[in-house]
Amino acid sequence: MKFSISWLKEHLDTTASVDEIAETLTKIGLEVEEIFNPASKLDGFVTAEVETYERHPDSDHLGLLTVNTGKEKLQVVCGAPNCKQGLKGIFAPVGVVIPCYGEELKVGKIRGVESFGMMCSEKELGVGEDHSGIIELPADTKIGLPAAEVLNIDPVIEINITPNRAECLGVRGVARDLAAAGLGTLKPLKISKTDGKFKSPVNVKIKDFDACPVYVGRYIKNVNNKAETPKWMKDRLTAIGLRSISPLVDITNYINYDMARPLHVFDADKLKGDIVVRMAKEGEKFVSLEEKEYALDNKSLGICDDEGVQCLGGIMGGAEKGCSDDTTNVFLECALFTPECIARTGRKFAIDSDSRYRYERWVDPKSNILGSDYATQMILEICGGEASEVVVAGSEPDEQRVAYIRPSRIKDLIGMEVSKEKIVEILNHLGFVTSEENGKIKAISPTWRGDIEGEHDLVEEVVRMIGLDAIEPESLPHGKFPKQVLSPAQRRAVTLKHELASRGMYETVTWSFTDSNLAKDFRKGKEPVLLFNPIAADLDEMRPSVLPNLLLAVKNNVARGYGNVALFEVGPEFFGRKPGEQNQVAAGVRCGMTSKKDWNGSARAYDVFDVKADALAAIAAANGPFENAQITLDAPAYYHPGRSGALRLGKNVLAYFGELHPAVLKKFGIKQRVMAFEVVLSNIPLPRISNDKAKKKLELSLFQPVDKDLAFVVDKSVPAINLMTAAKTADREFIADVRVFDVYEGENLPEGKKSIALALTFQPKEKTFTDQDIENLMNKVIQEMKKKCNAELRQ
Amino acid sequence: MENMDDLKKELLAEVEKASDMKSLEEVRVAVLGKKGKITELMKNLSGLSVEEKKEMGKSLNILKSEVEKALDAKKDEFAAKELEAKLAAERIDVTLPIRPEQQGRIHPVSKIYEEVVAIFGEMGFEVAEGPDIEDQFHNFNALNMPANHPARQMQDTFYIPNPDSDDKDDSFVVRTHTSPVQIRTMENHPLPIRIIAPGRTYRSDYDATHTPMFHQVEGLVIDKTTTMAHLKGCLYDFVKAFFELDEIPVRYRPSYFPFTEPSAEMDIGCLKTKNELKIGAGTDWLEILGCGMVHPNVLRAGGIDPDEYQGFAFGMGLDRLAMLKYGIPDLRTFFESDVRWLKHYGFLPLDESSMTGGLSNNGGLAR
Repeated sequence: MKFSISWLKEHLDTTASVDEIAETLTKIGLEVEEIFNPASKLDGFVTAEVETYERHPDSDHLGLLTVNTGKEKLQVVCGAPNCKQGLKGIFAPVGVVIPCYGEELKVGKIRGVESFGMMCSEKELGVGEDHSGIIELPADTKIGLPAAEVLNIDPVIEINITPNRAECLGVRGVARDLAAAGLGTLKPLKISKTDGKFKSPVNVKIKDFDACPVYVGRYIKNVNNKAETPKWMKDRLTAIGLRSISPLVDITNYINYDMARPLHVFDADKLKGDIVVRMAKEGEKFVSLEEKEYALDNKSLGICDDEGVQCLGGIMGGAEKGCSDDTTNVFLECALFTPECIARTGRKFAIDSDSRYRYERWVDPKSNILGSDYATQMILEICGGEASEVVVAGSEPDEQRVAYIRPSRIKDLIGMEVSKEKIVEILNHLGFVTSEENGKIKAISPTWRGDIEGEHDLVEEVVRMIGLDAIEPESLPHGKFPKQVLSPAQRRAVTLKHELASRGMYETVTWSFTDSNLAKDFRKGKEPVLLFNPIAADLDEMRPSVLPNLLLAVKNNVARGYGNVALFEVGPEFFGRKPGEQNQVAAGVRCGMTSKKDWNGSARAYDVFDVKADALAAIAAANGPFENAQITLDAPAYYHPGRSGALRLGKNVLAYFGELHPAVLKKFGIKQRVMAFEVVLSNIPLPRISNDKAKKKLELSLFQPVDKDLAFVVDKSVPAINLMTAAKTADREFIADVRVFDVYEGENLPEGKKSIALALTFQPKEKTFTDQDIENLMNKVIQEMKKKCNAELRQ
Repeated sequence: MENMDDLKKELLAEVEKASDMKSLEEVRVAVLGKKGKITELMKNLSGLSVEEKKEMGKSLNILKSEVEKALDAKKDEFAAKELEAKLAAERIDVTLPIRPEQQGRIHPVSKIYEEVVAIFGEMGFEVAEGPDIEDQFHNFNALNMPANHPARQMQDTFYIPNPDSDDKDDSFVVRTHTSPVQIRTMENHPLPIRIIAPGRTYRSDYDATHTPMFHQVEGLVIDKTTTMAHLKGCLYDFVKAFFELDEIPVRYRPSYFPFTEPSAEMDIGCLKTKNELKIGAGTDWLEILGCGMVHPNVLRAGGIDPDEYQGFAFGMGLDRLAMLKYGIPDLRTFFESDVRWLKHYGFLPLDESSMTGGLSNNGGLAR
């Protein structure tokens, strides 16, 4: 909402400066977004007289001037057609910044003649639109005065109006709030009633009083829409960014912004029959004044004549029956439409207008006759003509909005003492009618306020006017000794992030949306969760996996020349559309080499065991059972079928890991191998919370462990984990650890066989092993390997 | 006995003459070996009288130990020289760089999450959560935003059709704010309540200061005595702790949110210049959060009696806090996964935030 100071002063009698006004507006909840004050840019500009004027020796259209600034006489070159000897105008000396150009004025040389300054136009000073010539001030203007003092400067303030303050979408509402805040007095309205000279040939009938309780119409004949809109009105409209179109349109716009009172004017000669306010028929056609065609539904309120819907009530006029330059007879509409109906229809057809904006919030239900009188008065003044009697269909609602406030409530809710008298005074200034009832203050809302429902609203009004700064801040009292702030599930997500980062990965955050074309391969058999109104075609699905977005990140980084990438993200993936149908996942990708090449030769390509390690570390950091997790070979199809796996606890998937499928990567435009893991945090059981925090007692053996190596030959298809398990379980008491230290396939082995070498650690418990003890343990392992894995000791 | 002195001189001179370990060993054998000079003299003692034997034996023993001492000293000297030579040969260029190590980063949003949790945790808040996809009851209606409320249009909402209903009012939404967690907490949490709810939020908007996904943190306090003075105190304490400043100018402007009344926006004092934003000084104001006393309708929607309970709520942008505190210029870059950005603006894995150890920069320098 914008308004100029002169417009504000039409309603507010005040001596406050622009800055004071702005400060007060923000303080009372009408936040100032911007102040446009041309005067603030006119320091140094002064009034001056053109003492002599002659032709420029080298140009037909340039003048050579002597300008008297009151302090000195300067030579100036000027091209303005209205420049002449004796003219008084605004002079810009060398060194000032011309607002319109934003550049500092320097000594110029124009066709060989030096110019020490400039005579300015309105536009150049940013105080008007006129650029046809330089400003001409009255002949009696003193010279050497600051420009801001003599120019008719009208600063503009833009404020942000919250949805509850609909009355401030009119300048009068703003003025009233400022007056209540003590910044002046509200002037009485100067609206007079115009007596009707004849009976309106157009009548009005309302069919749906829920949507339109009252409609005030008036026929005005013999108007001249070619008349000139008065300069003051044009200036004010221009100042707030509205173009002057024709007097009739300008008047309705002006009243809309002056009183937050929407109006509509029909060309009465185009109307056929009476006005009927009714719901449109299903599919009924309406062409808006923006020439767009709509097929309405039966919940859209139309202002209709015999030929159909001519105006979408309270939202937008129609193309066919609006006013043009040649309009001579008009029908003026000033009606009340209910917010629900306006909001629904506006939303359904996506039509925005100043009128909808106001009706949707609140239009003073008692302003229909008043608005009609105001518009009639202006039309007659500007366009001439003769007004009919007023036609009123329905009636203005009489409902009183009453709320009560306990004077003690301010202290209880706000923590600030305010006397009963002060509360009453503030409410009265804002237009509430107050009385006392059982110790409470009863407040009847002014009709322009639609937002007051109860005590909390009145509290807000009082606090707003006193100012929030008056409340003395008080630290929250400490409760009991703080308990744990993060739940175990939240805490482990934090720990896990730090674990993955300390493993050299960069944490990233990507959209929860992704491209459905790319997500297709990642849905794991679930239906896609598609947005109804995505912001972009490639952000149309709630991601079924974090990986597609991480892969796009890989692609972009590779394209920027950063081919070694290790990224992870902790966030949601979605498997259904309903609230809660999401998992918390920690996913990561590694692509390229562990580092750039170095003199040690330690750089190597990332492989599956990097991401397997990441997954296990993440599970461990999340307090998950990483040691008991089973590995299965059934990762989803977007992984490489031979280089991927799943970590499970029973049926629950704790994690997937592996190289990604090259065919999937190809769709992302990625040629490199990419390793990935996805840890499903939601599937990791939370650790049992035990009150006993003591660790199990550490039992240290007195006897040295013994390390022995054994190599086995086994079918290639037997997974290493089977061998390790068999070895480990060969003797549950003394075999403490089993490690794979060599894997070999190739020469010297039978076809289809591989060799796996295991390093075993035997831990004696009560006495040192004898050679025989060790021999026995090794034999147990060899036998178990034969039995479980059909593995032979390699000779 | 003069002989003995000469002999000693002679033997020690031989030891001294040895040029390396090998010649030293030859000297030792020649003096102390089975047929060495001293050994031979010892053998000859048997032919002497008891007196002479005693005298001579003593002298020989002294001589022997003196020679042994000289031999040992010489041996140590050679060993030291040998080691020195060996070490000299082992020299490597320690100015060569170390083996490459990988040091990861924590995203600024996670860092700010931890900082905010640390501060509010100190004030007795717990962390609450809610789903990203919400029903309209929790995202709008329960927050005092019925179907046609103008504030609904101000939030460019993403919708997800409901498979069980064609009515748009039944469709799900991707939450436009973290405020639905207020309602979920009221539904499930015993009173009194003191929670913050950080998380992802979504609106259909994209420019330098808006992204379709961003992060908010919601705060909610409900009990029987909390007032707007506490709201101001709590948030003032927060901004001071967060920006790690002893004093910071703040102002509150009345504003409007459907779910609070009175509502306010909080600004902090700052200095804006062309290239810099300095928090805590200067004459400009920067909006930082919205807040207010919980609206009675919201309490009712959460099943709480507004005649008995009251409290406050607030909401602010985590990404915005990160931008302000750590001078990150463009919101969009938060979500672009550019490794150069992550390395520069990210935080070290061990740079953890606490009120005891400090919020920022206690984790060493980045490599």
